[in-house]
Amino acid sequence: MSAPGGVSRLQRLKSGVAVPRAELPDLPWTDFAEAVLDGASRGLRVVAYFGVEEGRGLRLHLVMADDSAAQLAVGTTRVDGDGFPSLVARCPQLHLFEREIAEQHGRRAFGHPWPKPVRFAPPFGAGHDAGRTTALPGVTDFYQVEGEEVHEVGVGPVHAGVIEPGHFRFQCHGERVFHLEISLGYQHRGVERALLGGPDRRSITYAETLAGDTTIGHATAYCEAIEALAGTDVPARASALRGVALELERLASHVGDLGALAGDVGFLPTASYCGRIRGDFLNLTAEICGNRFGRGLVRPGGTGFDIDEAGLRRLGERLDQAYADSRSAIELLWDAPSVMERFEGTGVVPREVAAELGLTGPAARASGLDRDARRDHPSGIYRVQHIPVALADSGDVFARAYVRWLEIQRSVTFVREQLEAVPRGPVRAAPGALGPQRLAAALVEGWRGEICHVALTGEDGRLARYKVVDPSFQNWSALAWALRGQQISDFPLCNKSFNLSYCGHDL
Amino acid sequence: MFKLLRTRIQQGHRTTAYPDGPAPALPERFRGRPVVAPERCAAGCRECAQACPTGAIRLEPSLGVDLGKCLFCTECASACPSGALTYGGDYRLATRERADLVVDAERELRLAQALDEKMRRLFGRALKLRQVSAGGCNACESEINVLSTVVWDIARFGIQIVASPRHADGLIVTGPVTENMRLALLKTYEAIAPPKLVIAVGACAISGGPYLDHPEAHNGAAAVVPVDLYVPGCPPHPLTILDGLLRLLGRLAER
Repeated sequence: MSAPGGVSRLQRLKSGVAVPRAELPDLPWTDFAEAVLDGASRGLRVVAYFGVEEGRGLRLHLVMADDSAAQLAVGTTRVDGDGFPSLVARCPQLHLFEREIAEQHGRRAFGHPWPKPVRFAPPFGAGHDAGRTTALPGVTDFYQVEGEEVHEVGVGPVHAGVIEPGHFRFQCHGERVFHLEISLGYQHRGVERALLGGPDRRSITYAETLAGDTTIGHATAYCEAIEALAGTDVPARASALRGVALELERLASHVGDLGALAGDVGFLPTASYCGRIRGDFLNLTAEICGNRFGRGLVRPGGTGFDIDEAGLRRLGERLDQAYADSRSAIELLWDAPSVMERFEGTGVVPREVAAELGLTGPAARASGLDRDARRDHPSGIYRVQHIPVALADSGDVFARAYVRWLEIQRSVTFVREQLEAVPRGPVRAAPGALGPQRLAAALVEGWRGEICHVALTGEDGRLARYKVVDPSFQNWSALAWALRGQQISDFPLCNKSFNLSYCGHDL
Repeated sequence: MFKLLRTRIQQGHRTTAYPDGPAPALPERFRGRPVVAPERCAAGCRECAQACPTGAIRLEPSLGVDLGKCLFCTECASACPSGALTYGGDYRLATRERADLVVDAERELRLAQALDEKMRRLFGRALKLRQVSAGGCNACESEINVLSTVVWDIARFGIQIVASPRHADGLIVTGPVTENMRLALLKTYEAIAPPKLVIAVGACAISGGPYLDHPEAHNGAAAVVPVDLYVPGCPPHPLTILDGLLRLLGRLAER
């Protein structure tokens, strides 16, 4: 790089490694904005963008991921007035981040094209007991298409299935969807606020229930951030068990979702087989720790449970059986014309849109974006054991389903290999006190995509800010995009092909 | 077609024989109903209570665990120096009254009693339920969904999860009831024709769980709607939920 400027102004660091907050670049706004835009134009992704209250001002923190260099790039800037200029028009992946900053800290993103609440939650520091100062969730202006034959369809927050709440507003012409706007926030529980001042005895529970179907993913990201701040070395055996648990979580979710996709197109054999087999994978996690979702398994410093040689062998045998059942159930899909007719060409997210929106996970890989935090920002077992990235290019429901199937096969191979060679030794190191005035960011590839946790400590070594970015935060926009020009009746199918988290978004 | 049939045979018949036969095996490390032995407590020891993330441990007059708040994380058992608190394999946890959810050495856990004669005539053989997640993390929701899979097949008991409160006889509530879902939960409840039932599934819906006393939530379903059945857990195992439902309908009364 020639003249120092643009993205080179940002401080480079690794995922899962702490840096003193004093070393973070404090940039004037113009340099900060230039760094973001320059970074985005070079293919860096915004993984977190959030505010930290600083006296009467607000310090914006930006974390970008440079996948090709396996590095993160961090910078800050101070905002003193009642807002900051929006960069969304030139960097669309910032759109929800800027709205979130405005909502959490009461400072506007000037020039934001669609400045609305993200969660209909009061600003940081004031809970709902301060009185409802914000609008009721979902009670807001929606983007509207006008015309004689245009009609609007509103769905939710309470849906037909056993599913979390959210509101979906469709602008339709007959059956065809012009536009879908998604309004969330119903699940807001105040997790980020509650983590302040920690860690305490409830902190890990918050991580485990951020998105309950991603217990291992979020708990691992939380522990990696805390371990980085405390300088804890996780024993190799614990890293291997965490990796096994993360892949089992992926297997259960992918198998369950392929069954649910089959159900949404009325193909009942795969739907009913996969509904059961998902449980077999959950039971493998329960074999390790007693809980099907892995509650209590991942703990700061390592894992809360160990498993003996006989147990590991049993896990391997049951994994093979569950995989054999999965294969015969899932392969039916690709041979059934009635399924393929519904999957192919439905809910297409083109590659360039996926890149602009900053998608992650299977949704990104199905649109041809070759990104996977397990390879690009490896931590724990993934530093030494590699797992091939699964890709497709059509960006439709079929691609998202097929990428999941490829990932199932690769995860099974990975878990089988780990089970045969779990390093010996302890499973937990005592996590020490957190270093004061530090920042650590951790990226973990959960089954939905990349989970990003950023933890900042204050003078006292307690958490002064904790930022959680669930992959759903970026990926919900992709669902809205996927519906454009589609039949409204394909909404459930498109929705399931992403299967995003409501509480992971709402925090 | 041939492949479909072959797969059908491979996959086999998977529905559990429970409740007429044995329940599916629980994992060896399953963390079920706590077992307390207060006689082992050292005087003045508070280790378990200090380790508990939700304040589920009662020390006075003697050691007890409030299953409504318990996350079954077993941090208390790990902290206990004398083995006065352990987690057993009993999956039966559901009760009709909030106060019955305390496990101590004084009395047996009073498991859920059946509905009265009139309600059983109405719902005993056909119970349609609408589920509302009000801040649930999707773990309880997933375990409720599991009850409709071929393994558990709750349709065998005439129980069905339906798409609209207008089709429903009752509600299954999950989550601590966030402020942002309070109104939607209330409206869904009101949309159900009386008489109706409310079932709170999971620590969040019973007490707030990890979100206990968060200003963004309301410490569970009972703050908004009257609750008829409490199913503890974080999340409860599907067998625990089914056990509660069947007890409520009077189909397990003798066990």
